[in-house]
Amino acid sequence: MKSVEPALAEGTALVARPSSGGNEIVRVLKERRSALAGLVIVGFFVAMAVFGPALAPYSWTQQSGPVYAPPSSEHWLGTDDSGVDVLSEMLYGGRTSLIVGFAAAFVAMIVGGGIGVVAGYAGGGTDNALMRTTDYFLVIPDLVLMIVVATVFGPSLSHVILVIGLLLWTSTARIVRSQVKSIRERVYVRRARSLGASHRRIVAQHILPQVAPLLIATTVLTIAYAIFDESALAFLGVGVPGVSWGTMLERAFERTAMTQGAWWAFVPPGLAIGLVVIGCYLMGQAIEDALNPRLRVAHLSIKSWRFRTTPNVAEGDAS
Amino acid sequence: MSDVVTAPPSTHGGTLLLDVRDLVVQYPVRRGLTAALRREPRTTVSAVDGVSLSVRHGEMLALIGESGCGKTSTAQAILRMVDAASGTIEVDGREITHLTSKELRPVRRTMQMVYQDPYESLDPRFRVRRAIEEPLVIHGMTGSSEERERRIVEALERVELSPADLFIDRYPHELSGGQRQRVAIAASLMLDPKLLLADEPVSMLDVSVRAGILTLLDRLRRDGDMGIVMITHDLSTAAHFADRIAVMYLGRIVEEGPAHEVVRNPQHPYTKALMSVVPKPDPRDRTVPQILRGETPNPIDMPTGCRFHPRCPVAEDRCKVTDPQLHTARGAQGQAHRAACVLGIERGER
Amino acid sequence: MSVLEANDLNVWFDLPHGGRLHAVQGVSFNVKEGERLGLVGESGCGKTTALLALMGLLPPSAEVAGSVTVNGEEILAGGEDAMRPHRWTDVAMVFQGAMNALNPVKTVGSQIEEPMKFHDTSSGAAAEKEAGDLLELVGLPASAATRYPHEFSGGMRQRAAIAMALACNPKVLLADEPTTALDVMVQAQILQLLLSLTRDLGLALVLVTHDLPLVTQVCERAIVMYAGRVAESGAVDTLFHDPRHPYTRLLFAATPDLSGERDVASIPGAPPRLDRPILGCPFEPRCDRAFDHCKVETPSLLEVGAAHRAACHLNDGSLERPSDREAAR
Repeated sequence: MKSVEPALAEGTALVARPSSGGNEIVRVLKERRSALAGLVIVGFFVAMAVFGPALAPYSWTQQSGPVYAPPSSEHWLGTDDSGVDVLSEMLYGGRTSLIVGFAAAFVAMIVGGGIGVVAGYAGGGTDNALMRTTDYFLVIPDLVLMIVVATVFGPSLSHVILVIGLLLWTSTARIVRSQVKSIRERVYVRRARSLGASHRRIVAQHILPQVAPLLIATTVLTIAYAIFDESALAFLGVGVPGVSWGTMLERAFERTAMTQGAWWAFVPPGLAIGLVVIGCYLMGQAIEDALNPRLRVAHLSIKSWRFRTTPNVAEGDAS
Repeated sequence: MSDVVTAPPSTHGGTLLLDVRDLVVQYPVRRGLTAALRREPRTTVSAVDGVSLSVRHGEMLALIGESGCGKTSTAQAILRMVDAASGTIEVDGREITHLTSKELRPVRRTMQMVYQDPYESLDPRFRVRRAIEEPLVIHGMTGSSEERERRIVEALERVELSPADLFIDRYPHELSGGQRQRVAIAASLMLDPKLLLADEPVSMLDVSVRAGILTLLDRLRRDGDMGIVMITHDLSTAAHFADRIAVMYLGRIVEEGPAHEVVRNPQHPYTKALMSVVPKPDPRDRTVPQILRGETPNPIDMPTGCRFHPRCPVAEDRCKVTDPQLHTARGAQGQAHRAACVLGIERGER
Repeated sequence: MSVLEANDLNVWFDLPHGGRLHAVQGVSFNVKEGERLGLVGESGCGKTTALLALMGLLPPSAEVAGSVTVNGEEILAGGEDAMRPHRWTDVAMVFQGAMNALNPVKTVGSQIEEPMKFHDTSSGAAAEKEAGDLLELVGLPASAATRYPHEFSGGMRQRAAIAMALACNPKVLLADEPTTALDVMVQAQILQLLLSLTRDLGLALVLVTHDLPLVTQVCERAIVMYAGRVAESGAVDTLFHDPRHPYTRLLFAATPDLSGERDVASIPGAPPRLDRPILGCPFEPRCDRAFDHCKVETPSLLEVGAAHRAACHLNDGSLERPSDREAAR
């Protein structure tokens, strides 16, 4: 019996590959220049945070030079208000800032993703209750709450991470929820239900893998916010104890580095924060764009189809 | 409501597999905020309003109707994806209408559904192997990996995706629509179902591919002694592949009988009209299309008497008053061919 | 004199990862006033692309060649800018799934008036009256103009979409799968409407569909497309009773009819990829009557009868081929 449709490879390359999670993200990172730029920037700072402190020329707590000494061959970025080497502070402070940023975003991902999946999958009353809770958290002024918590419970690394994370999960939850809702109605999920698959199985096998890429994209964007929030908290004096980019900014402000003209005390940390935020943003946006087909707007392009005036010859066309 | 319905005499042999009687499926009608505040009673609409049908082992029944006639709700009720408001559903003699979801789990193995959209019925992240394995894994019937492999290969060969190893590690997007549908069918067969519900199994496939899938289904039911209920709006397909046809309108079956009978000698005015408007491939076919006015009314505004009378080309006054049941049609060739038309009843004739 | 004529239409698409897809390959056809032409083929054959090319509605990744004339006037050659004034006023289109593409926040009437205003054919009270008239023409009450799309059923929305297409009195109506998502009875109503429009308004109709019986029912002539090319063209009666391309014959054979008598068969294999040049006849791998020459040379459209053409070597008497053992079939 002639095998039906034996030409399997025919046309397969032309069918759009659906997002198979990790592959899609890697592809976006390789293809889009903005994503690549973002990755390079963030990668650079992560490397700095990991290896930096070991390479720091001086201590980041002890004085090693004159107060507010400008950049020189001994202190590449000068010294701060206590004579501490700014470069060493940057290297170590970066580690703190990034740890808080990543960890807080991770907390947001777990909480937001979890709530989003439960709300989207369960629907009905559970969905309503969870969404109203989300709304409640959305309405709370972030910074005010963070200040209050930090002041009441005392500043510590874990407190700051938790507070930032618990305020950033809301948008993740909403995005995940709406995606879960739509996946739930897909035919293959309904089929699995009719086969008798348990809810746990459906969520684990069918829904989570589909949600994961978008969750990653959202989390990358959340990292940007988290790092910014950490700096803001530190700037207001309720951040993580010790050195971070935010505390560097805070001290520079307090000790009037600007009026004294000691730009090296606040430009490096400020620039670093800005760059990491931009880097995360570029990556996250690119991934999100790639995953969301509705964001494709080719039909709104100003360019139009082209008319070929010369007769069609060669170029491998069969004619 | 209806008289005692005996299963129509077998046209294809085989014992009774599915027996549905007086099935009613209702959906609540969304009421606006003002209605809720005024505490008006919730209205329900009957998507399925007293449907009885039966399928024997090895038989294919085509359930035909336009959108809103209740055919999909009927299928969902049979599969217990939706609860019946009243009526009974029996599979191989066992009543399943009120079983709990726990009790239903083993029963679910005997009934499987093939869905309309081959592009959506497979998880895009699962390779063919995993998609076909899934039913076994869900029901804990795994066995050794060689055993599983063997069964998967066997399933692929059964749906004519051969050689199996060409397909087994593919992702759905690497397959054509027809191939995907075959994979979906293969997965459905893994649990050895006795009843297959096919909801428009080929309507989204190219014409040149349809016959292959339908022939496959046909062969499967003959070889495997399965019963198939095929939901379709395509009368020609039903005429070709089904043993019996049941035509639905507004939640009721208005005509049923052997396929070639219903098609060549329709007894209900609705069926007659439907047959006449189906485009015929032969340009010389001079059938005058009997185009009905308007569209199927909303079941919330159910007409009095015969539900079809507002659109019926031959309706009489008594049609507004009497709600006809299925009875052996006057012009029918045999007892098995029945229609629910007032005009078919003549002085108490049954 | 043809009211719409397409000559040697070619469309290429740039593919995202490099390479090009030759979606429409040298397609020509014409329609006269009041005539109904069917464009039939399965998914991927290029029929919708060809239609979009006629209206200049292709994306930026498309390149078009060939000529499209309306009443003798060339409209394709100038590119988008030259095409725009002719859109809707000469050639209008009812899109696939149009019933679902209506703007939900605008009334049906305003959507019909929109092209009138854009092309300056009418405005104000006159436009409102015309919109009402158009609605009645397509079988809807004039009062429907003040309602919103969601208040109507699928069939009624499709009628509204047709009314919209007629807003600027086009000479040609292109209909892309106008009845695909509709029930068979509603489909019959819409087809009857299209038929009456061609008769009463002298409108030329190009109907694109994958549903063969629809074409034989509604159209006078048809073009069967395969792999971006014309496989066969002629009167529908001829195509059914005397097909000269195996694809046409097999396509009819794959279409069930109500009698249920004839065996229905599928066509094994799949259409060829269009991003590579094709050697020989594109249908050859699936053809049941292919012979050696079919692998070598791409058949061109040959006249096989009165206004009947087919692109198949079997019609070429000058070719040597193995004795017709299959001819007895």
